[in-house]
Amino acid sequence: MALAVFVLIGLIGYELAKGARASMHQFGWHFLVSTDWDPVNDVYGALPYIFGTLVSSILALIIAVPISVGTAVYLTELAPHWLRQPLIMFIELLAAIPSVILGFWGFFVMVPWLHKYLAPSLEKTLGFLPFFKGHNYGPCMLAAGVILAIMIVPIITSVSREILRSVPGLQREAAYALGATRWEVTRIAVLSYAKKGIFGAIILGLGRALGETMAVTMVIGNSPYIGSSLFKPAQTLASIIANEFNEAPPVGLYVSALFELGLVLLGVTVLVNIFAQLLLKTFAGPSVKPQP
Amino acid sequence: MTAPNHKWRKFKSGFMQVIAFGCAILVLLPLVLVFEHTISQGFSSINWDFFTKLPKAVGETGGGMANAIVGTFILIGEAALVGVPIGVLGGVYLSEYGGSRLNWWIRFAADVLNGVPSITWGIVVYALLVVPMHGPSALAGGIVLGMMMVPLIMRTTEEVLQLVPGGYREASLALGITKWQTIVQIVLRTALKGIVTGVLLAVARVAGETAPLLFTAFGNLGWTHSLKEPVAAMPLVIFNYAISPYEDWHRVAWAGAFVLLMLMLTINISVRFLTRDRFSRIQAEVIKRHPNN
Repeated sequence: MALAVFVLIGLIGYELAKGARASMHQFGWHFLVSTDWDPVNDVYGALPYIFGTLVSSILALIIAVPISVGTAVYLTELAPHWLRQPLIMFIELLAAIPSVILGFWGFFVMVPWLHKYLAPSLEKTLGFLPFFKGHNYGPCMLAAGVILAIMIVPIITSVSREILRSVPGLQREAAYALGATRWEVTRIAVLSYAKKGIFGAIILGLGRALGETMAVTMVIGNSPYIGSSLFKPAQTLASIIANEFNEAPPVGLYVSALFELGLVLLGVTVLVNIFAQLLLKTFAGPSVKPQP
Repeated sequence: MTAPNHKWRKFKSGFMQVIAFGCAILVLLPLVLVFEHTISQGFSSINWDFFTKLPKAVGETGGGMANAIVGTFILIGEAALVGVPIGVLGGVYLSEYGGSRLNWWIRFAADVLNGVPSITWGIVVYALLVVPMHGPSALAGGIVLGMMMVPLIMRTTEEVLQLVPGGYREASLALGITKWQTIVQIVLRTALKGIVTGVLLAVARVAGETAPLLFTAFGNLGWTHSLKEPVAAMPLVIFNYAISPYEDWHRVAWAGAFVLLMLMLTINISVRFLTRDRFSRIQAEVIKRHPNN
């Protein structure tokens, strides 16, 4: 039964590769750098979607990482003990919200708010940056980044919290004994000790963000885009599959190209996840042992 | 003696503490906003019809999602039939049998499998089952969710079994009880609550999934009479209604979102309720500590 995991992995790889064969044969490596997506003429390329996936996920990390690490520090180092459990429970609850509900809320509450308040003020104050140029018409890359950030904050927070908790208490006491303030203890003795583990947590969050589908599909606007403005609608690998897979005829180049997008997505997320697991495993190795 | 920059360092420390506190508040903000909006929009749209009636066509008011509620439970049931036996037995193997080298690889594979995007699962099962069966079906929808549960349950079961003290096993084996009997009677029984917790959390995870169902369960406007027919599911209906332009459908979707959210809340609370005593609280903690949960 345990070997089922290998069967499942083999199955995923095999089915995707089989589905994508026609498209791989037709377009070769050019598929990855081409910006065409034209079902009428049967020409396909993945670049705008790869771009959308990477940019929305990186944006999510930029927003989520400081908040998550800050929260993890608060939870392990600063918060009064009675407050810790309730806070952790609420963060677990945030992780339990189904992504379709988050997308629904994002589309009807967050996107209008972004459009009305955040985007105009960003345009006014930081409009000289290429990221905030142009006009916002609602669903956009920025919205996708924010919604993804909300989704990955719980995982980065809880994994980082575990990492911080495994930092030996002696480490902190030694820093206090040298006269360090609370922040200095956290920065020098705790955070720098836990660097590698926290990095692993961040990469794990990245893996989640790359593959997230429903919430992103609902707020990103679904139109292929490569450019610097975050106010423009874009599209990701996952969202185009969700949008167009049912429209494609069951045989032919169109569906095959969608399978190849799935294969690209799988490849990227699996690599990112392996990297994260290795980081976490090498960090967690010694700390699993009970501390004296 | 005080260093000249002592005040500045104190200030910086206090400042960073405030920032960390602010981060914690910021994390809770979306939770509060989403709950507030879903409850205020959804609760008012809920009535008896919602639970008992089929969806109405565009333009007609009223109607519910009785078929989607039933569909979600059908899918969860099927998923559990696939995911629980394979997951639990796999977890038993990882914890009780197997060489450490092979087990490292199995664990690693399970963790990687947990990171496979849900939409990818959807198209894989589409190719595997929907194409050969000439159409989407409740069977395909249940199996895709079941497959997603396997690595989740396998890892949580293993973690929980590891907590059972080795002395229990040794005592049982010393009495001449076979290894398999020991596992069933002693190890699994001791860890039962923890295993159930892991299963419940896995159910909660897949019950809210939409992406893998788009091409497998597909959705259905009426009742599903056999597992070979497409089936409606709450997350699917919420998605389809949410992206529709009709005000009335949005209302039904909010009601659906409310019910789904309450379902998640119920599972989470029952996990807490189940794990009140000390040993199972430790089990739950170990389960939740795992990065995949």
